[in-house]
Amino acid sequence: MTTPAPSTNTATGADTAAEPSAVSRALKDALKTALLVIGLGTPIILIQTHQSGAGVTLEWRFGLLASLAALAFASRLLWLLFIGPRIAARPATSITDKVPPATRVWIKRAALVFVLLYPFIALGLAGKGGAIKWIDNFGIQLLIYVMLGWGLNIVVGLAGLLDLGYVAFYAVGAYSSALLAKTVGLSFWLCLPMAGILAAFWGILLGFPVLRLRGDYLAIVTLAFGEIIRLVLINWVDFTGGYAGISGIPRPTFFGLPFNTSDNGFAAFFGIPFSPLHRLIFLFYLALALALLTNYVTIKLRQLPIGRAWEALREDEIACRSLGIDTVTTKLTAFATGAMFGGFAGAFFAARQGFISPESFIFMESAVILAIVVLGGMGSQIGVAIAAVVMIGGTELLRELDWLKEIFGPSFDPTQYRMLLFGLAMVVMMVWKPRGLISTRAPSISLGEAKAISGSFVKEGHG
Amino acid sequence: MDYLLQQLINGLTLGSIYGLIAIGYTMVYGIIGMINFSHGDVFMLSTFIALIVFLFISSLFGALPLALALVLVLIAGMALTSLWSFVIERVAYRPLRGSFRLAPLISAIGMSIFLSNFVQVVQGPNNRSVPPMLQGYVTVPLGDGSFTIAYKQMLIFLVTVVLLGAFWFLVQKTSLGRAMRACEQDRKMASLLGIDVDRTISLTFVLGAALAAVAGVMYLVQYNVVNFADGFVPGVKAFTAAVLGGIGSLPGAVLGGLLIGLIETIWSAYFSIDYKDVAAFSILAIVLIFMPSGILGRPDVEKV
Repeated sequence: MTTPAPSTNTATGADTAAEPSAVSRALKDALKTALLVIGLGTPIILIQTHQSGAGVTLEWRFGLLASLAALAFASRLLWLLFIGPRIAARPATSITDKVPPATRVWIKRAALVFVLLYPFIALGLAGKGGAIKWIDNFGIQLLIYVMLGWGLNIVVGLAGLLDLGYVAFYAVGAYSSALLAKTVGLSFWLCLPMAGILAAFWGILLGFPVLRLRGDYLAIVTLAFGEIIRLVLINWVDFTGGYAGISGIPRPTFFGLPFNTSDNGFAAFFGIPFSPLHRLIFLFYLALALALLTNYVTIKLRQLPIGRAWEALREDEIACRSLGIDTVTTKLTAFATGAMFGGFAGAFFAARQGFISPESFIFMESAVILAIVVLGGMGSQIGVAIAAVVMIGGTELLRELDWLKEIFGPSFDPTQYRMLLFGLAMVVMMVWKPRGLISTRAPSISLGEAKAISGSFVKEGHG
Repeated sequence: MDYLLQQLINGLTLGSIYGLIAIGYTMVYGIIGMINFSHGDVFMLSTFIALIVFLFISSLFGALPLALALVLVLIAGMALTSLWSFVIERVAYRPLRGSFRLAPLISAIGMSIFLSNFVQVVQGPNNRSVPPMLQGYVTVPLGDGSFTIAYKQMLIFLVTVVLLGAFWFLVQKTSLGRAMRACEQDRKMASLLGIDVDRTISLTFVLGAALAAVAGVMYLVQYNVVNFADGFVPGVKAFTAAVLGGIGSLPGAVLGGLLIGLIETIWSAYFSIDYKDVAAFSILAIVLIFMPSGILGRPDVEKV
């Protein structure tokens, strides 16, 4: 029991609980954890630096480090004596395994109905002022991530090609749509398909040189491509505006009706008072439609020869080649299809924000999208959606925790812990469920009743 | 000519730092076949530890000789960064050993996000700087021009060479080094022969972090300024260096580091400073696509 990890050794925790010396052992272990926290926190937590002019002053924070160590001690003790043994005693089936298929279908339908009614539920519960946040931050933003997750799922989950530069296609979609709208003057409804086509073209362009690469190397090269595209966007100032980005991107219209106070606007046409909520609700349904389109196309493609070729490629590339499947076409179509949906998402993002800059397309975004796909369970559509809601929605919720200021003082800002907790959650979820939240996969074809297969039978691909 | 020589010296200084970080990548990849994504952020953490320890020492003893202060900073930085790396390996990577391939990669990316944001939260988002140290330089006349070698550049060379020598000795001549090389060749066979594989992997992470901490101290000496976001790009460049030199090869990592440093400096000096990172990333892509085994690496044979 020397492991300092608070979340790893559940089995040993159960063993020691049975013995008489369990408490003293747990105390000793917790003490070690506390000492470790002190060791790690010296000096990075203990001494805070403050830049003042040219010099730096030091501030000692013994209290903070001591309370962190005490917290570590208490939570480790609690884990070893109470939570750990209880988890170890529970059978290792996940919740999703217990749900019968018929109920599952109903759960999915209920979820769909909920999402369809979501803006009005938000309006009803939060009122007109409060609903903006719920529709925009939790609705539209989540749907963009769900869509990006589903798009990347085609590349990573179905074809087994590890892509760490997916944000490049998101950026291509956003910039091409913004530039087409600004310089050529195309409407959003023309920009959207154009952005998808251009992103797919870039998917093929970037996919072509990496056909021979596999595994981590593919991941790193795609990361490099993603960064190169971002750096070009920053430095090619004449074309992209550099760091300043592109602003004043035309907003999407409702069949030619703009969402403004003018006489030919949406509100005037339908004879209702103008409200900024109209555009938000419209954007919400647009994002939902695009996300559902991604989902529908993915489900249909899985049943077509190309989709089966993707999955075959993921399972065994050499067997694929010996069966006469053209791996070049298979890989390139996977890249192109995934990139196309990334491009759609980018075009939508540009139209929703009205402003884009390279800051939105950093590597962190690629990492977040890949994390959503892997945490959801690669290849599982519903899993990706759940992971997006949990990870993005969960960190968004931190913005709502202003009441914590009453406890920790006015300088406490919960939002600065957003990405810190996101990173920690990635680690914890991987350690807890390496195969993702949804542990079953739907077979693409079956004789008679379709039975879900365990995710651990599904390979992760070589690419 | 003197301008080129000046750039070469600057490039080699930068390259030594990359090389020191690259060793951490190459050793971990060699043994467990995992890209330790958080290594760049461990390096960033070490620059902060070095900064704080340096400021603490100078506030405590006042005018301590710089050499002594740097030695103390080096020792403290290496010890504390190694502890971090040890804990990270235990918490985030060890439970996932033998799990499917993507899990440790995602866990490492999560750790990288955690580390950079952790430093941002506990130390603040702005740059932290120390007064420049070791400001003198030697002017070397050459033909009708001249170039300069700063004392700190000499120090960086010297420390890099001495530590690499020590590290080389450790890997080639000690039983720990033998265990590491054995695990790299065949982990299962090594464990059958009585090598504690888990302990060896832990020590690999610790050693990699210690060298990253050396790079962190040297970075502080050279640039005098640290920021929480400065882990990712040096990390990727050091990884590029490891790949360029042939991943899994220790001399390759150093060679790759020096080459990346040189290319970056020469590119900035003669072409465009804006696109210097594009140059590094392009090299990464080109090397991986056209010569994935690098300069000194073994070709990867695929078993069916």
